[in-house]
Amino acid sequence: MKQYQPEHLSEVQLAAVRRSLSSGRGALSRRSLLRATGTGALAMGGIGALNACGIPPASRAGGGAAASDDRSAEEKRIAFSNWTQYIDISEDEKGHPTLDAFTRRTGISVTYTEDINDNVEFFGKIRPQLAAGQDTGRDLINVTDWLAARMIRLGWAQKLDPAHLPNAYAHLSPQFRSPDWDPGRAYSYPWAGISTVIAYNSGATGGRRIESVSQLLEDRALRGRVACLSEMRDTVGMTLLDMGKDPGKVTGDDYDAAIAKIQQAVDTRQIRRFTGNDYTSDLDKGDIAACLAWAGDLVQLRVDNPDIQFVVPDAGYLTSSDNLLVPAKARHKANAEKLIDYYYEPPVAARLAAYINYVCPVEGVGPELARIDPALAENTLILPDKAMAAKAHAFRSLSSEEETAYEEKFAKLIGA
Amino acid sequence: MTVTEAPPGSPAPAGPLPRKQPVRRKLVPYWLLLPGILWLLVFFALPLVYQASTSVQTGSLEEGFEVTWHFRTYRDALGEYYPQFLRSVLYAGTATTLCLLLGYPLAYLIAFKAGRWRNLLLVLVIAPFFTSFLIRTLAWKTILADGGPVVDVLSTIGFLDITGRLGMTEGNRVLATPLAVVTGLTYNFLPFMILPLYTSLERIDPRLHEAAGDLYAKPSTVFRKVTFPLSMPGVVSGTLLTFIPASGDYVNAELLGSTGTRMVGNVIQSQFLRVLDYPTAAALSFILMAVVLIVVTVYIRRAGTEDLV
Repeated sequence: MKQYQPEHLSEVQLAAVRRSLSSGRGALSRRSLLRATGTGALAMGGIGALNACGIPPASRAGGGAAASDDRSAEEKRIAFSNWTQYIDISEDEKGHPTLDAFTRRTGISVTYTEDINDNVEFFGKIRPQLAAGQDTGRDLINVTDWLAARMIRLGWAQKLDPAHLPNAYAHLSPQFRSPDWDPGRAYSYPWAGISTVIAYNSGATGGRRIESVSQLLEDRALRGRVACLSEMRDTVGMTLLDMGKDPGKVTGDDYDAAIAKIQQAVDTRQIRRFTGNDYTSDLDKGDIAACLAWAGDLVQLRVDNPDIQFVVPDAGYLTSSDNLLVPAKARHKANAEKLIDYYYEPPVAARLAAYINYVCPVEGVGPELARIDPALAENTLILPDKAMAAKAHAFRSLSSEEETAYEEKFAKLIGA
Repeated sequence: MTVTEAPPGSPAPAGPLPRKQPVRRKLVPYWLLLPGILWLLVFFALPLVYQASTSVQTGSLEEGFEVTWHFRTYRDALGEYYPQFLRSVLYAGTATTLCLLLGYPLAYLIAFKAGRWRNLLLVLVIAPFFTSFLIRTLAWKTILADGGPVVDVLSTIGFLDITGRLGMTEGNRVLATPLAVVTGLTYNFLPFMILPLYTSLERIDPRLHEAAGDLYAKPSTVFRKVTFPLSMPGVVSGTLLTFIPASGDYVNAELLGSTGTRMVGNVIQSQFLRVLDYPTAAALSFILMAVVLIVVTVYIRRAGTEDLV
């Protein structure tokens, strides 16, 4: 196609037009544009701007100001953030029977969101708002104990009113009553307990039984087919127990020794990967022959695949819990407390436990659970008996500096 | 008469007008660019400034972070994590090369030989984008499963012996090895290579091939002297569109890899979310940006295309 040229202009005039369009003042060349924009951006991003971007200390932003004006009385609703597949689901897969019953009884509508997949990611998501002293838009969240501990430590959780929690106070199992990070449960109540045990696929191990973390880390028959958890406390805690140390009293030296032991298994390629929830499919397929696993997953996996076995090591196992807490500045604390209390009524707790298969933190739920399914009530992974409870150990809560140092070492162990 | 005599007091009509006009016209491009510039400012420049600031801060969550111009973070981060940087460049480079080797013949076929199948083939190239990145990557875990047919075949024909000797695989498995990560990267970024290659190949006038043939050039010479040089803009933009995101990717290394295959993206994620060392994470991001910029600049200079710089 021919380029358009004005016909009634002389050769000289045409040349002038071309010149002014390509290099004259009227021309907007890419360079001049970039230069202009760049200068603007530089002015914007000056040193002053760099200086202004600090993050305020947590105590200044949250601290005593965690509470907010509670609108529970006027607004009959709460927003509840939970892990995926961590609540009962109705037959038609549209509702959550326990939640629906709660709404019917109290008139409080629940915006239920399954937006927690991973503790560290979730914390990354809500941190900016909490650090800035803003409402996260969530009235109730469910996080694992170390993260609950961190949020309480930073002043980013609201103190609960015991007067609103009669059921919860009465029915909470003794083993969950007073964790060192929230004595007397002033800020949090457990949703479910988590037991970390050893699991293996007997088809993939050739019928071999895996009985200890040492065997997991050292048995050459399993080379390249062992997985550990990417939750630092679970993997290191189980290794500490295997070494005869108590994770509840871990010291820096103990920790380093445990890391060294796991590092050896990484170096000899014994460990294939460090996994989150995704170990379940690999274990099911047999790509992972043996691993550290969360007991609640196993109850479900074993229904589908009878080859999957679990072992509670003689050295003991690690317990932790997922906890409900009300984030700072949340607007519907009283409603949230009603929901917490509701889940501590034994019939409701039994329905929840029957569905999610994690350790139920509610006392006296046994008969209710037996009414739903007697096999579940006898399952020590859901309702631990005395022998099982005696082997349970929790990782002690860490100070901020310890936490950073430990996580740093663990991050290096898992490759980054 | 009436033309020359303007009423007294009225502004001279010829005076201000010509002076105003060019200024306004000069501003038009900027007005047109305003949405784009605002977008860049809010979603690129501001986050960049924020990260630059974070990278020279020190502190903790409890005490808050303050700018202390602590540039050591950069040196420490690079000293600590240079293996992951090297690995990122290596994996992304390998994946880009594989993409080019796989993508060029396919783009050539679609551009010149596909005839009425052309649109269908193009749709097939883009089809994987209809499912999420994550799902596509997870699918490879099933395809490459240890006892699966793919691994069996690769093992039987001795492929895994060769890759094993190169340190790309371990024993009789592909998952959780460098090979799996590179495969995942190659697969996920292949369309970014094919599409620019296709557009620049498609623009080549087939008569140029005929002309070269008339001048007694062998088909291989035609390709070497005519087709490939004319497709260079596609090659350059395709390799850039593949290499740049691949070097910062962490999903493939996370899902298909192991402890020994973590890339710099994984380190940044881990520093930011797990260790809560925001300055190191920000410094690592800047170093990655610098590394990519240097690699890309050198590459473009050598490839000698004017289209992008």
